[in-house]
Amino acid sequence: MAAGSRAGGAAGRLRLPAHAGSALGVGMLGIYLSVLVLLPVAALVAKSSTGGTDAFWRAITNPEAVAAIKLTLIATGIVVLINAVFGTLIAWVLVRDDFRGKQVVNSVIDLPFALPTIVAGVVLLALYGKGSPIGVNVAFTRLSVGLALLFVTLPFVVRSVQPVLLELDIAMEEAAASLGARSWTVLRRIVLPTLAPAIISGIALSFARAVGEFGSLVLITGNLPFKTEAGSVYIFGQVENDNLPGAAAVSVILLAAAIVVLGALSFASRRMSRHVQ
Amino acid sequence: MSSSGAGAAAVSNGPGGVARRAPTHDAERAAERAARARKLTARTLALGYLTLLLLAPVAMIFYRTFEHGLAPVWDSITAPNAQHAFWLTIEVVAIAVPLNTAFGIGMALLLERGRFRGKGLLGLLVDLPFAISPVVVGLSLVLVYGKTGWFGDWLTEQGFQIIFSVPGIVLATAVVSLPFVARETIPVLRELGTDSEQAAETLGASPWQTFWRVTLPGIRWGVVYGVVLTTARALGEFGAVSIVSGRIEGQTQTLPLYVQDRFENFDSTGAYTAAVVLALLAMGTLLAMNLLTRRTRRRIGA
Repeated sequence: MAAGSRAGGAAGRLRLPAHAGSALGVGMLGIYLSVLVLLPVAALVAKSSTGGTDAFWRAITNPEAVAAIKLTLIATGIVVLINAVFGTLIAWVLVRDDFRGKQVVNSVIDLPFALPTIVAGVVLLALYGKGSPIGVNVAFTRLSVGLALLFVTLPFVVRSVQPVLLELDIAMEEAAASLGARSWTVLRRIVLPTLAPAIISGIALSFARAVGEFGSLVLITGNLPFKTEAGSVYIFGQVENDNLPGAAAVSVILLAAAIVVLGALSFASRRMSRHVQ
Repeated sequence: MSSSGAGAAAVSNGPGGVARRAPTHDAERAAERAARARKLTARTLALGYLTLLLLAPVAMIFYRTFEHGLAPVWDSITAPNAQHAFWLTIEVVAIAVPLNTAFGIGMALLLERGRFRGKGLLGLLVDLPFAISPVVVGLSLVLVYGKTGWFGDWLTEQGFQIIFSVPGIVLATAVVSLPFVARETIPVLRELGTDSEQAAETLGASPWQTFWRVTLPGIRWGVVYGVVLTTARALGEFGAVSIVSGRIEGQTQTLPLYVQDRFENFDSTGAYTAAVVLALLAMGTLLAMNLLTRRTRRRIGA
């Protein structure tokens, strides 16, 4: 501080304190991020390979682990597709339609972001669990995995499509329609291509979230091995059983899946937006 | 509300018929009817989906909580373990959120304004917690700070216990809510530009003064929005905390962990009550988010 005010006179030296401050800042942030993220992730990767490739391979080809990873990836894939369709539909209705209470619906969309995941599980159980008032009990079935994942990922596609749809000029659609294009053609040739990058980025966020989801699953799925046990739940069980290398190995696989899919989708979305432009 | 309906109808009539020739009139009306039918179908589908997936289940836990009257709810709220879980959660939030706010602003400044080697890596590290499962976050923290972890022996020698105690819970909460402040602040910072900062600097302000008087006021709504998201996430964190806390009743049990505990012990009123408390906190956050977005939108509009 003192150095800063003394240097104030000479324009050439103005840069110096700012630089010193930023070096200190980089250092502190580096430590913070190392303590919170870098070291833990490094420890995870190190632990997964403590027993060499053989142990790693055994850990991830363990039948229960394979079933859990498969369930997570398949359920996530289905959930993400449903999200793409209904998320776009909801965004469209929120932007283009007008009805009583639209503002309330619009703000309620974010509720799954704000609601703690364990509460999401309890909420779903209250309506779709044992003693359901509408007679639908999906608890402890594979359907419950999908339901929980749909709940927690609901806002992603809606919230990434909505702003793009707001910007989209309705005149282009009207022009196409007045030139005789049918509404399906307008949707397919004009609206969807413009929305595609936003839909894809919504899908990517949903995917990353769903692959790692834990809290909303633990109560409603019953965590039955080979049936409703998702990847993150399996990892949790291994930690509880003190099999840290096994847990770390499956964690690395799930993390890699998330990163690969995120990378691929971000590449696709960038290509598409270039195409549209 | 009928006025908005009439408005919509007027708009959809607007560019259409009045001045057109008579023969196309019927066809046009049919097209309009079809458009309205499509709109209604889309609305029904969207609202039906939202009701089944979101609104009805959320309404249901409020009903389930209060279905036996207020007395059991009051008993559940005043139970010692519930009280402890609630205040522990508040304590953790009160430590983790300010930490992440300060460092989040710093990271946003560095990522947006800084020019240094390894900036890409820094950005990646900041975003990484979004791509990692909370369970994996918990496990990785155990591998570093747990008894058998990298720093386990050293920490024990110093007399620190991180895992299975409150510092571990704070750490886990800080990791999972790390990216929000930086992510919300960076776009605002970009929009703000550096003109006024440079002007302040030219006029002799120290970097510190420039930050407090020029930069921070310019980005405050972005920061506040990030803080709201961080708080929501910190209040409800379950997976990572579940692993690092050891879930010791009355000691390291946060409110989300308490919900699970009550549920698994067949105390449904206790579970529903704690869940409703968390849901109300979440809805408060949501309300704050909405007020903030409206505020920023008004500012951008002006």
